[in-house]
Amino acid sequence: MMKHTLSVLVMNQPGVLARVAGLFSRRGFNIESLAVGVTDEPNISRMTIQVEADDATLEQITKQLHKLIDVIKISDITTDERVDRELALIKISGDAANRSEILQVADIFRAKIVDVAEKSIVIEVTGDEAKIDALVQLTRPYGIIELVRTGKISMVRGSK
Amino acid sequence: MNSGGTARHPLVLTPGLRVDEGVLVLGGLPVEMRGAEILIECLKAEKVEVVFGYPGGAVLPIYDVLYDADIRHILVRHEQGAAHAADGYARATGRPGVCIATSGPGATNLVTGLATAYMDSVPVVAFTGQVATSMIGRDSFQEADITGITMPITKHNYLVKSTKDLARVIKEAFHIATTGRPGPVLIDLPKDVSNGTAEFTYPETVDLPGYKPTYDGHPKQIKELARAIEAAQRPVLYVGGGVVSSGASDALRKVAEMQEIPVATTLMGLSAFPTAHPLSLGMLGMHGTGYANLAVTECDLLIAVGARFDDRVTGKIETFAPKARVAHVDIDPAEIGKNVRFDIPIVGDAKRVLEALIPQLETKTRPEWLAQIATFKNEWPLGYAKGRDGIAPQYVIEQISELTKGEAIITTEVGQNQMWTAQYYRFKQPRSFITSGGLGTMGFGFPAAIGAQIGQPNRLVIDIAGDGSFQMNIQELATAVQYGIPVKIAILNNGYLGMVRQWQEMFHNKRYSATVLSGNPNFVAIAEAYGAKGFRVESEDQVRPVLEQALAEPGPVVMDFAVSREANVFPMVPPNESINMMVRGDR
Ligand SMILES: Cc1ncc(C[n+]2csc(CCOP(=O)(O)OP(=O)(O)O)c2C)c(N)n1
Repeated sequence: MMKHTLSVLVMNQPGVLARVAGLFSRRGFNIESLAVGVTDEPNISRMTIQVEADDATLEQITKQLHKLIDVIKISDITTDERVDRELALIKISGDAANRSEILQVADIFRAKIVDVAEKSIVIEVTGDEAKIDALVQLTRPYGIIELVRTGKISMVRGSK
Repeated sequence: MNSGGTARHPLVLTPGLRVDEGVLVLGGLPVEMRGAEILIECLKAEKVEVVFGYPGGAVLPIYDVLYDADIRHILVRHEQGAAHAADGYARATGRPGVCIATSGPGATNLVTGLATAYMDSVPVVAFTGQVATSMIGRDSFQEADITGITMPITKHNYLVKSTKDLARVIKEAFHIATTGRPGPVLIDLPKDVSNGTAEFTYPETVDLPGYKPTYDGHPKQIKELARAIEAAQRPVLYVGGGVVSSGASDALRKVAEMQEIPVATTLMGLSAFPTAHPLSLGMLGMHGTGYANLAVTECDLLIAVGARFDDRVTGKIETFAPKARVAHVDIDPAEIGKNVRFDIPIVGDAKRVLEALIPQLETKTRPEWLAQIATFKNEWPLGYAKGRDGIAPQYVIEQISELTKGEAIITTEVGQNQMWTAQYYRFKQPRSFITSGGLGTMGFGFPAAIGAQIGQPNRLVIDIAGDGSFQMNIQELATAVQYGIPVKIAILNNGYLGMVRQWQEMFHNKRYSATVLSGNPNFVAIAEAYGAKGFRVESEDQVRPVLEQALAEPGPVVMDFAVSREANVFPMVPPNESINMMVRGDR
């Protein structure tokens, strides 16, 4: 079993997300993360899907996805040179007593403070999965009130 | 009832109206048409001659146009019947079947029929009414999210949001349903879309960047297959419904005969190769012939064409065709490698691939392999015990087969009736066996027979039924009578849900839980009450004469055969066993 990143171009149609998500659940494939947004062509969206699968399962996933009429192109970019990014918002309980400590941690990760309240701080961080995991780990002792992650988006390096 | 949108008078097609390069014009100007009219014009453009349907509030605009359109409408008595009839029509003719239902319960009643067509890759286009776009998502009266519900059981589906999209969507739907691996497509039509107006142009082409089926097999792979066939000592062709739907029977026969390759078929592929052909092994799998299963187990090259290695075929998958290299020809790339390993994958249309293969093959005889097959046939002849407390059901099918010379269109229900038909009817030509293989839908056979009969008015169409299954869509007798559709129904009446009872006998100590049909009606009286003919047959010597009389009747007929109540289907591969581990059963 290995983590794979699929970059999938789809028609920007109502229901396309349901078709893709439904396909995964009905055939017993697991989605680790899924991010979707429109491309520079407004009628086409890109889905970045992370799945954990062995080779045979991955092949089935790809072939079954291809059968969806709204799916235009699937690229497995797992082994490509690429940039992965995810964005997370982390709401941490913090007050005057530990605020500077939290700010320091955030600073090391080049995370931004986007909201400070009397008893909480919201941090925004972008990076690859490992970086976000690490920050979540380090902030956990202060008490995470809420965590929102976008799921990964990826882009192959170079002009490809 | 909320009609939504602009309610207008139906546009009367005046004599000055004409179609100019696909655009409807009147005196040089494009004319706006109502959605319902556009729908009918599109159906005509697709050369649809008949639709099977059932009306309701959300499809009133469509039915209003149908009222004087020159497209035949068959009013079924349950929407499931409409879907199965459209399916049967498609299987019998090779043309797409069309059905219509209203929103909510009408649409959900189509679901089993669509799932049946989907599992067997049958081109059906279904139209459903929907509440007006402004009412969607509010749990409106008779609202059901039918595109959501049918997403996993259609090849594709559409919710049309605007009348101006309608023609394009219908064009795409027919294209998708009938090309590549065929399948059902559903179009959901909100009432305001049917009532609304738009200019009508029927597009000549479709623009679907995500849909490009592959028809021609890769030449290198075809060459590889040719080499593998030449090198093989004990090849077997394993053919499925894809050979029927692509019209590859002649090419298949040629390949088989040139190289003396025995042919085993799936349930769906039975009519693709004549049962009486010396190279025919009949059906393989759970209730396949002993010789087909042994041949596949012994073969050194298995050539799968348009078949999908269903578990009812393969039995225990690890020991299926254990000595063979596997070549797999299929138009759907996702089928290749889905269930079994493969050595030679070929994505393409069965007919085109086989036709491309033929010039690469030499003629060859295989006396040793055919001699071995002959011993399998000797060891495992098809055969059955005389009826203990009734007519042997297999005998009825043999008689139907003889009397019709294998030339009828046979539909079946599901259960023992279906398996016995697969074993004992001797098929001659493709598209003559219509049965629910993938989903195994009881109640399919009768409405499918109605659809098949309408598509093939000059053929004899017979539904071989179980007493349980027939009662699942018995209401369609009214449809057959209303339109004078002369289908013949042969009920193998064992007073049980026979196939389930057989499993209870074999695997559950004869604990016949909920399989006794003691409340069966008098089928002759039922047939007559509907205005059809009915016959009851209680002894073997009456089978032939009654069949002769019934099949000659000009209208619909129900024949009720009192068959041996606990007859079983043999041979049988117990579930999850290797297919060579067959139970021979009583003879
Ligand atoms: C709609 C549906 N419900 C349940 C089943 C499960 N099932 C398979 S065969 C069978 C018995 C069929 O009985 P009958 O139609 O009398 O045919 P027989 O097996 O006796 O020939 C049943 C209940 C099914 N296939 N389809």
